[in-house]
Amino acid sequence: MLQALEGSQAVAQAVALCRPQVIAAYPITPQTHIVENISKLVADGKLKCEFISVESEFSAASVVLGAAIAGSRAYTASASQGILLMAEVLFNIAGLRVPLVMTCANRAISSPLSIWNDQQDSMAVRDAGWIQLYCADNQEAVDTTIQAYLIAERTELPVMVCMDGFTLTHTLEGIDIPTQEQVDNFLPAYKFSRTLNPQNPISLGTLVSPDFYSEARHSHHTAILNAQTEIIAVDQEWAKISGRCSGGLLTVEGPEEAKIAILIIGSVYGTLLAAMEEFPEEQPVKLIKLRSFRPFPIDALKAACEGLDDVIVLERAIGLGSGAIVGLEVTAALAELANPPKVHNFAAGLGGRDIPLEMLPRLLATLNEPSDRRLRIIDVELDKLPEEDR
Amino acid sequence: MDFSQLRNKQPRFRGLESGHRACTGCAEALAARLVTEAAGPDVMVANATGCLEIFTTPWPESAWRIPWVHSLFENASAVAAGMEAALKVQGKSTKVLAFGGDGSTFDIGFQSLSGMLERGQNVLYVCFDNEAYMNTGIQRSSSTPHAAMTTTSPPGKERMGKRHLKKDIVSIIAAHHIPYAATTSVAYPSDIRKKVRRAMAIEGPTFLQIHCPCPLGWGHEGYKSIEIARLAVQTGLFPLIELERGGLAGVMPLRNIRPVVDYLKEQQRFRHLFTDELRAKEELEHIQAIADHNIEIYNLRSDGHKDAFDSEGMDTVRRGGMRWA
Ligand SMILES: Cc1ncc(C[n+]2csc(CCOP(=O)(O)OP(=O)(O)O)c2C)c(N)n1
Ligand code: SF4
Ligand SMILES: [Mg+2]
Repeated sequence: MLQALEGSQAVAQAVALCRPQVIAAYPITPQTHIVENISKLVADGKLKCEFISVESEFSAASVVLGAAIAGSRAYTASASQGILLMAEVLFNIAGLRVPLVMTCANRAISSPLSIWNDQQDSMAVRDAGWIQLYCADNQEAVDTTIQAYLIAERTELPVMVCMDGFTLTHTLEGIDIPTQEQVDNFLPAYKFSRTLNPQNPISLGTLVSPDFYSEARHSHHTAILNAQTEIIAVDQEWAKISGRCSGGLLTVEGPEEAKIAILIIGSVYGTLLAAMEEFPEEQPVKLIKLRSFRPFPIDALKAACEGLDDVIVLERAIGLGSGAIVGLEVTAALAELANPPKVHNFAAGLGGRDIPLEMLPRLLATLNEPSDRRLRIIDVELDKLPEEDR
Repeated sequence: MDFSQLRNKQPRFRGLESGHRACTGCAEALAARLVTEAAGPDVMVANATGCLEIFTTPWPESAWRIPWVHSLFENASAVAAGMEAALKVQGKSTKVLAFGGDGSTFDIGFQSLSGMLERGQNVLYVCFDNEAYMNTGIQRSSSTPHAAMTTTSPPGKERMGKRHLKKDIVSIIAAHHIPYAATTSVAYPSDIRKKVRRAMAIEGPTFLQIHCPCPLGWGHEGYKSIEIARLAVQTGLFPLIELERGGLAGVMPLRNIRPVVDYLKEQQRFRHLFTDELRAKEELEHIQAIADHNIEIYNLRSDGHKDAFDSEGMDTVRRGGMRWA
């Protein structure tokens, strides 16, 4: 049954349905509504768990790490500065192969200070060894949160569910919240193979010499790549119960004959879908919604882009001093094709700048412009800058 | 059956086995063994980065016989907090311990420690205080005593070792009004056992600071660790105290108070204080004044009474129950 819910409220309910036993969090906009809603569920006795209001995001991540290795399902959420403060722990959690789930309510990073949305935060920790799934709307955020626990616990890899701050977290949508029975049928009780236990003492997090470090890295990397199978399978299993797919690794939408694709991650998907209806006279375009950024689905991407002439990558972060982040990886993946499409790289919507429907014709128009295909911030207003900075 | 045989059949529980890679005479290793022996097998440990973590777990070996995790340098308290919360919801009574060096306790992990204490979590935090960052090669920490030489507080024309004072961590911890905080020393194993048992019996946050000489960092022979640790107590430089809910609840009295030079002259880290220079003499006086101040505020003088729990009596091995006090 559809209910009108704010994204944060919906995610809080999804988390509660997964029966986490320990939750630790520290407030930061735009994540706050998620943990406030969870706190209320706990206060009302609707969620039985230890909710720990910690003194920093660093401790939030450390507390859930401790809880997970002591045998409890755990949850945390953060954004922006909080993600960066957690960074050291995030790498550590992943290296220990602890199955955790967290929400990143994507927000820009200071300085300059901005509380608004882009994806610089989760992109900054893209190589921390977590699975990263990006949500296009709030229904996906709900379904992906539930799926994330099953993926994490099957693969012993932590999963970061990324949802655009404000655009999703603070927006009311009609959402189907699954029943407890549906989730219980889908998600078995928490199990972790290296749970600490005084009856059978083990040591976790030991020092390794150069003789073993490469092997540890190799197996971690391989595990993330192999998780592609699990991400697809879990999406399908959940679809059988809920009737909804969240898009596996990636989805392609649009006319078969289109020779151009726009690749996006996150909520801008909805904007471009609406734009395609708004501007029917534009040339046929496919929309590629990249849901799984880690693992980066090279094969699925190649299959999706085979035969295309142009792929426009529109991202909400920037590799300062380099250029595209997502675009660079897309370019590298497609270079494996015999006739790779041209990849055009754009950033837009940084620090919460609105991405209007007109972005679609604007992007397509660039294909007729002479361009070196390196990353450009397409919505930058250069006249606001002094001459030397343009 | 003969009593001695019975003892052999009941070997004492050891949480930390021999065979690890600590330096000869490492007091931190000894203290960790004493703590785990007293705490018993129904525990879990979150250990911060530092010597103890490094020398006990070179993969694929581990010297621990209790569940143990190392995450990072500055989050042992928070990891322990998560473990405690998990055990609590699971209805288990296993006690969670957090271990950290002085660097991780006084400095980088101080915030997460303070948070854990403030939240009243049932964790025994043990700080193995060897008064510097030993694992990275003897750099000063906020626990390094005044005037001590480390690689980042070297003496020279303009400096006499560390310029600042040793942070009074136990007072800061006690100011959280936790049920129990205490200092103890590796020179007094029965005191360590007593205080660990005391802390283990309390449901709530407790804190122990154990003074642990480091032969490498302090510059003394390995066999002298215990002697030097005892001198730190007997000079008044490291008072052994207990605080309950922030209030002083007990001190170990000093039967024979020793001058600080007896302690300092044994260690290379203070050797620049033993020259004819005026500034060296001034620093020695300064350090003596610190010891005198401790003796005064904690009323450490035992006034000549023989007390089984004073700095001499505690050394005495007795038959019967007393030394297990
Ligand atoms: C964030 C971070 N900064 C620095 C280090 C390097 N480091 C590892 S152990 C250590 C010093 C440990 O000192 P202490 O806590 O006193 O323990 P000890 O080795 O003296 O027993 C340092 C600086 C680190 N591991 N992590
Ligand atoms: S350097 Fe010091 S603390 Fe570290 S193992 Fe050696 S003696 Fe122990
Ligand atoms: Mg130290």
